[in-house]
Amino acid sequence: MEYILSPWPWYVAGPLITIVMALLLIVGRRFGISSSLQVMCSMAGASKWSDYFKIDWKSKSWLFVFIIGSMIGGYIASNYLMSDTIVSISDNTIKNLESLGMENPGMDLAPDFFTWGSLFTLKGIIIFLLGGFFVGFGVRWANGCTSGHAISGLSNLQLPSLIAVIGFFIGGLIMTWLILPHILTL
Amino acid sequence: MKNLIVLVLGIVFGITLTKGEIISWFRIYEMFRFESFHMYGVIGSAVILGVIFLAIAKRTGWKTTEGQPYDLIEYRKGWKRYLFGGAIFGLGWAMTGACPGPLYILVGYGYTMVIMSILGALLGTLVYGVLKKRLPH
Repeated sequence: MEYILSPWPWYVAGPLITIVMALLLIVGRRFGISSSLQVMCSMAGASKWSDYFKIDWKSKSWLFVFIIGSMIGGYIASNYLMSDTIVSISDNTIKNLESLGMENPGMDLAPDFFTWGSLFTLKGIIIFLLGGFFVGFGVRWANGCTSGHAISGLSNLQLPSLIAVIGFFIGGLIMTWLILPHILTL
Repeated sequence: MKNLIVLVLGIVFGITLTKGEIISWFRIYEMFRFESFHMYGVIGSAVILGVIFLAIAKRTGWKTTEGQPYDLIEYRKGWKRYLFGGAIFGLGWAMTGACPGPLYILVGYGYTMVIMSILGALLGTLVYGVLKKRLPH
């Protein structure tokens, strides 16, 4: 039980992700989360604005079963499978975040600005709403996210997925090194 | 029955990404600063095992439970949409500390304000759908 309650190392988490992908393939499903965004827009009637949303979303209904399951998984883990919520990030990361004015980095799963109240601050609006906007716009333009491209696509040796993952890192590095320090100190 | 299996796989996925700290904003920030092996180990081991699994599955002709070939991803050739779209996603991934899977899992975990990021992502998807024909692909 102690092994379950403490954080899982990469060599447990990584293989479990592969097992989920493999079992989904075996039951005839393709691992890729971000198409759920297109389907939800379609269900909300977005086909009025673009043919991109004229899709047969009933064939994707299984994906929402998977997503609801993953949310239940997050709930189970947070309520029953955590002895503490400390994320043991590296000392250099802690020092860097402290230099940007963050208190107790890594003492909880997410930083202390993960609150409803921060949505009334400029920092919160930029990080949650604009950040979310970039995630949605980017994954649909790239036609896949970390599950579709980095896991499913690279596993199937897809060159477009490699290009996409390089793109993920170009954007992520620009944000982390050049822009995010300014947002975090707002 | 199949939906039950998918639900259980979703639960395993949610627990794994939580316990593996993959939904942690700190782990993503640390990854993009190259200050820990953790996230590279997670993604790297998942991909290497995935490549091995699919290589064996293809060679031995494994089928789905309904006897069909696997629904494998074959992306259209090209590079613009993957590089440009990928980079925009990368900006958002580093900001929110979450890709689409973790966005949902974080809400289940208890960070309910992440719903606002999901709404942001839906708006981004809508704008992409409207602009699609004018963007390079």
